[in-house]
Amino acid sequence: MNIHEYQAKELFDRFSVPSPKGKAASTPKEAYDAAKWLAVNHLVVKAQVHAGGRGKGVFKNGFKGGVHLVESPEAAREIAASMLGETLVTKQTGEAGRLVRKVMIAESVTIQRELYLAILMDRQSCMPVIIVSTEGGMDIEEVAEKTPEKILREFVNPLAGLQAYQVRKICQALGLQTTARQFGRLLHSLYKLFIDCDCSMVEINPVVVTTDDHVYALDAKFNFDDNALYRHPEIQAMRDKEEEDPREVAAAEYDLNYIGLDGNIACLVNGAGLAMATMDIIKHHGGDPANFLDVGGGASKEQVAAAFKIILGDKAVQGIFINIFGGIMDCNIVAEGVVAAAKETGLSLPLVVRLEGNNVEAGKATLAASGLNIVAADGMDDGAKKIVAAVA
Amino acid sequence: MSILIDENTKVLVQGITGSFGARHAKLSLEYGTKIVGGVTPAKGGQFFENVVPIFDTVGEAVKETGATASAIFVPPAFAADAILEAADAGVELIVCITEGIPVMDMMRVKAMLKGSKSRLVGPNCPGLVTPGLGEKSHGGCRIGIAPGYIHKRGNVGVVSRSGTLTYEAVWQLTQLGYGQSTCVGIGGDPINGTNHQEVLEMFNNDPETEAIILIGEIGGNAEVEAARWAKDHCKKPIAGFIAGATAPPGRRMGHAGAIVGGDEDTAQAKKKILAECGIAVAETPSVMAKTLLERWGK
Repeated sequence: MNIHEYQAKELFDRFSVPSPKGKAASTPKEAYDAAKWLAVNHLVVKAQVHAGGRGKGVFKNGFKGGVHLVESPEAAREIAASMLGETLVTKQTGEAGRLVRKVMIAESVTIQRELYLAILMDRQSCMPVIIVSTEGGMDIEEVAEKTPEKILREFVNPLAGLQAYQVRKICQALGLQTTARQFGRLLHSLYKLFIDCDCSMVEINPVVVTTDDHVYALDAKFNFDDNALYRHPEIQAMRDKEEEDPREVAAAEYDLNYIGLDGNIACLVNGAGLAMATMDIIKHHGGDPANFLDVGGGASKEQVAAAFKIILGDKAVQGIFINIFGGIMDCNIVAEGVVAAAKETGLSLPLVVRLEGNNVEAGKATLAASGLNIVAADGMDDGAKKIVAAVA
Repeated sequence: MSILIDENTKVLVQGITGSFGARHAKLSLEYGTKIVGGVTPAKGGQFFENVVPIFDTVGEAVKETGATASAIFVPPAFAADAILEAADAGVELIVCITEGIPVMDMMRVKAMLKGSKSRLVGPNCPGLVTPGLGEKSHGGCRIGIAPGYIHKRGNVGVVSRSGTLTYEAVWQLTQLGYGQSTCVGIGGDPINGTNHQEVLEMFNNDPETEAIILIGEIGGNAEVEAARWAKDHCKKPIAGFIAGATAPPGRRMGHAGAIVGGDEDTAQAKKKILAECGIAVAETPSVMAKTLLERWGK
């Protein structure tokens, strides 16, 4: 799950991670009030969307830039008016862009140095790793490739937690002297936030040292572990469904794993590994998968029917491939769900079904007796070939 | 022989009274597995299916039954605790089926199990099967949720992160007339107890295992490490498959661990390394068994 910049700022405040003063605004009036409240001469107005590249983005109304520096509450109000309710297109949003519902008004600081700081879960060592670099504000992957010596990785034993010597080591590597204590406090606070909020990643690029020797987290990117959201209702509440694919939101309501793709062959599969492999085999035979969809190991008739409707909601879909290895899952339940949904939606697209496993004969009989135009497949290879041929 | 479990392994089920745990405990009993006890706090003294005694704690269950393996079916919020309880009770093989355990919990469990004599398989895995010699492989040891009847006793070891892809490979082998020594589902989470390489090492040392199928997916580098180890140490023919060639970068494909991060994480990159390490890579998931038999010279 991702969150907006103003929500990251709320988390920073809660965990005492220093960041420039700021507030979110939903209307130009609120933007004006926020600027007044900040009472500083240098302000920044930032469009709030879940996508990077905002500064260089362009609004569909022609207004340029999702990040603007202003010097008065009046100017903040004017810029906010140009952004709110408008669609921002950046290199990460795709052509459709993202509707801006909120802007953030924050104090603008004068930067002396920009540093990079991230904490993430390292799956190889099974430990949190802190990554720092003197090259803040840059594309960190490029830094890692061209100048790997400028990146320091410090692993933290999860049972012991972050140690003082590790913080000193990091400050030394970053060449911090007068601001080392401030940076150290920021790092301890951020580590606590990372652990307490079940983050899988938090990246601050950049952490800045200002000309008056203050250390601030300027821009942050958070990823949370979806498995742990149940114990963080306050973070769950930050979820912005408007920023997500509506099909994925609908799928989540039925406990289905759905990811929309660009192709025209919809897939409905049980199990994540088999679902990925089904996409792969469609591609192998020259087709293009329209989605990843895992209905899980013990899907009900209702879940299968819901899944069917979600994949039909994608207008690019020209054919459907159902691939079920019902080890324990009853193939007849899948068949009943498919028939119910196909009848309800008046399905006219080609449908290829491969059923294998538990109660497979009953499942095949249900499909055959339905009177629907269903192509039965013998194995996943045969099924993939048949659906690719059907949409060609 | 087989690895980790055989028909004599005594198995506990933690969470035996939950609907999921109960259903699969019953299927394991029907398969012929020696399910000797169940654990559900506050339900000690009762019996599951009138035959399997239920205990309040794992320690008590181990003491009374002599169980050496445990299958965990408890909900995600309590699963880390259940794993640690099993380890504390000295259970040699802990198989955690539970899906959706927070990564932070698993990180702590992993750190705490360091140096312990317990081996953890999973979480978020289908478990293990050592097929039996009876009809439809009845009489074997089934820990977890795999369908028993698709198996056949034989000489191929199967290791995989994904449940349904394991079934796919096993079914292909069985249909072609080749059985399995042991099938191990190591789970789809980013942090798991046992990795591909450890299972390969066990298969390599197991006299009954003559050939191996290794199934992986995008995300992490466990398959690559296993392949590099196999290149220098494994004497047995291996076929491999990596799922996720069409997965878009940065999206989690169902499994928490299945996400394309850097360039090394892609299915294409992994397949290339597997092939370089002498593993026969199946071009599609429907030819996993066929690819193995070709490499094996059958």
